[in-house]
Amino acid sequence: MNSLFSQEVPLSWYLLLSAALFSLGVVGFLIKRNLITVFMSIELMLNGVNLSFVTFAHQWHAVKGQIFVFFVMMVAAAEAAVGLAIIIAIFRARATLAVDRIDLMKL
Amino acid sequence: MNGYPHLWLIPLLPFAGFLINGILGRRLPKWFVTTVALLAPLAAFGVVLSAASTVYFPFNVTKCGPCGPPNYGWTVVVLPYVENLATWINAAALHIDFSFVLDQLSLVMLLVVTGVGFLIHIYSVGYMHDDEGYARYFSYLNLFLFFMTVLVLAGNALVMFVGWEGVGLASYLLIGFWYQKKSAADAGKKAFIVNRIGDFGFLIGMFLLLANFGTLTFSEIATKLGQDPGWTGGVVTVIALCLLLGATGKSAQLPLYIWLPDAMEGPTPVSALIHAATMVTAGVYMVARTHVLFDHSPFALGVVAIVGAATALFAATIGLVQNDIKRVLAYSTISQLGYMFLACGVAAYSAGIFHLVTHAFFKALLFLAAGSVIHGMGGEQDLRKMGGLWKKLPITFAVTTVGVLAIAGFFPFAGFFSKDAILYAAFLQGPNGKILWFVGVVTALLTSFYMFRLWYLTFLGKSRSPEIHPHESPWSMRGPLVILALLSICGGWIGIERFNGFLAPAVGAKAAEAGNPHLELVLSGVAVGVALLGWLVAHLLYREKSTLPANMAAALPGGYKLLANKYYVDEIYGAMVVKPLFALSKILLGWVVDVGVLGGIAWLLGGIAMLSGAVLQRWQSGNLRSYAAWLAAGAAALLLFLLVPWPTVLASFFGIHFGMAGH
Repeated sequence: MNSLFSQEVPLSWYLLLSAALFSLGVVGFLIKRNLITVFMSIELMLNGVNLSFVTFAHQWHAVKGQIFVFFVMMVAAAEAAVGLAIIIAIFRARATLAVDRIDLMKL
Repeated sequence: MNGYPHLWLIPLLPFAGFLINGILGRRLPKWFVTTVALLAPLAAFGVVLSAASTVYFPFNVTKCGPCGPPNYGWTVVVLPYVENLATWINAAALHIDFSFVLDQLSLVMLLVVTGVGFLIHIYSVGYMHDDEGYARYFSYLNLFLFFMTVLVLAGNALVMFVGWEGVGLASYLLIGFWYQKKSAADAGKKAFIVNRIGDFGFLIGMFLLLANFGTLTFSEIATKLGQDPGWTGGVVTVIALCLLLGATGKSAQLPLYIWLPDAMEGPTPVSALIHAATMVTAGVYMVARTHVLFDHSPFALGVVAIVGAATALFAATIGLVQNDIKRVLAYSTISQLGYMFLACGVAAYSAGIFHLVTHAFFKALLFLAAGSVIHGMGGEQDLRKMGGLWKKLPITFAVTTVGVLAIAGFFPFAGFFSKDAILYAAFLQGPNGKILWFVGVVTALLTSFYMFRLWYLTFLGKSRSPEIHPHESPWSMRGPLVILALLSICGGWIGIERFNGFLAPAVGAKAAEAGNPHLELVLSGVAVGVALLGWLVAHLLYREKSTLPANMAAALPGGYKLLANKYYVDEIYGAMVVKPLFALSKILLGWVVDVGVLGGIAWLLGGIAMLSGAVLQRWQSGNLRSYAAWLAAGAAALLLFLLVPWPTVLASFFGIHFGMAGH
């Protein structure tokens, strides 16, 4: 059924896209120095996961996955609100957003 | 009168008193505490008396021979009567029962311990009346009676050791009864520690007994020794000497006597009961109890005799110049205990026990009378501040006079008979015995002198502390004094012959010496003569010219200082034993073990923690991206572990099949 020529887009494509998004997020998280970019990378990872949730929900005709996506989006929104506030606070205090230099907790 | 004596009741009753007063005493009304405290020894005394009444006494074994007990119409117990309470230790060849034995020896001791103990309990009611620790005091006193009766009744050395340690504990508790006073607490510790040295000897002796005889039961040891005449000297001597070391600790003999004078820090009735009448005689009792060992070792017996004679003389000389009324009596006790050891050393055990009994009477009397004086003087113990008390304390004066006459050995007081028996037995012991006898006579002279010195200084002459108004003690204190005074007069009238005959089955009858009534009379005359001489000297020194003693002390400053400082024995022990021990503790335990070993281990552990911390802290870089990288790496590793089909991969690599081998 899941052949390349069937009417529907195959499951694996969705999953590959999801994995690609997630990996982009991970790589961005690891290599970017700007805190806001790091933050956006996190959002990217979340959305990559969301995509796989939706995919499986559609595949198995189960609504749970979609519900979970709503939860993730809600938490992400809250996290963005709090996170951006923290970032602004850090910027005011340190006048920088480079993650390497926000190291006051270091021994 | 029906049935056998219940020996287990004798220790148990005081123990019950100890528990009741010890646990609930502070919450109970005083009259109840008093009732319990007095009933316990009284009931124990009653049990001892009823046991004595069921016992058949062959007073003269030689006359009676093998004839059985007569039919009195009630149960007659033949001594020794053994009561096996329980099996205590049962391990392979080692079998030790918790057993009590009633024989002539333990019966005599029990009568003294519970009888005199009861009198001193009554006395204590008056003496300790206003003390805060009233219930605590009586619970300790009952505890002492419990352990002492266990010691006396013990059928084997281990049970005896239980009592032995227990009376040591009770002694420690009571010496340090007024523990707020540093000197009292120190004296308690000293008594306990010095006794440990003796107990070490007792323990080694027990181990040797087990190793050589395989039993600790006194009667079995006697049987084994009797069966094989080859048991002489050698190991028996070593065992006997080890036991003697234990006895010198408990009975305050040279070289372990030093704790007894300090033990006078305790309440005076305690000094009377524990440190004069009963506990300190435990060593003598132990030697008499294990006499078969000593009988098989002439050398050990000789050591006993020499230790006894030396202690008697040594302590008597110190007693001459002491100014504390209780210390005079303490040195006198050591000296009299020396007499008992001297008696044991010439194998006259019954004479030693006889002196033990009479000494319990008159020394308890003297201590209690001293307590009455101290009580009347409001706590004053210095002889130099007393004087002229005979008018103020007539009854105390009268009973002290009886006690002094008894200990000095005047006819017909108790001390005369027992001291005479010891000196006579020593005199008959060959040429060396003559030396022992001479030492004994000199000691008798000194004894008479220092006792009359005490008597004159305390009661006669003019009062040297007019500001103190002494008062006579209450009847609870005077009553026991009067009873003990009567016993001090009559206690010796039973006579050594009858006493000998009575104790013979327990301690063995000495081979009949060439008894010479004339010689005995002469020796008695000499003994009374030196006692009179001592009185005369004391009279001249302390009655006629009261400046003479000071002049004599000034004329012989070295000798006087030597005696007044007790031959510096405490100082010598301090320099020879205590200080090296402290130094050793400081260097070996303090520096090497504590700082070196224990401190080193602590530093090592701390160092490991710090070093590993220094290495591991690099991990905590504070760099957010490095944390994230580790997180990602961890997740990747987890995925790798979960997703890769390891068995298949490994199998394809190494050609090994896991699990499905039979494919």
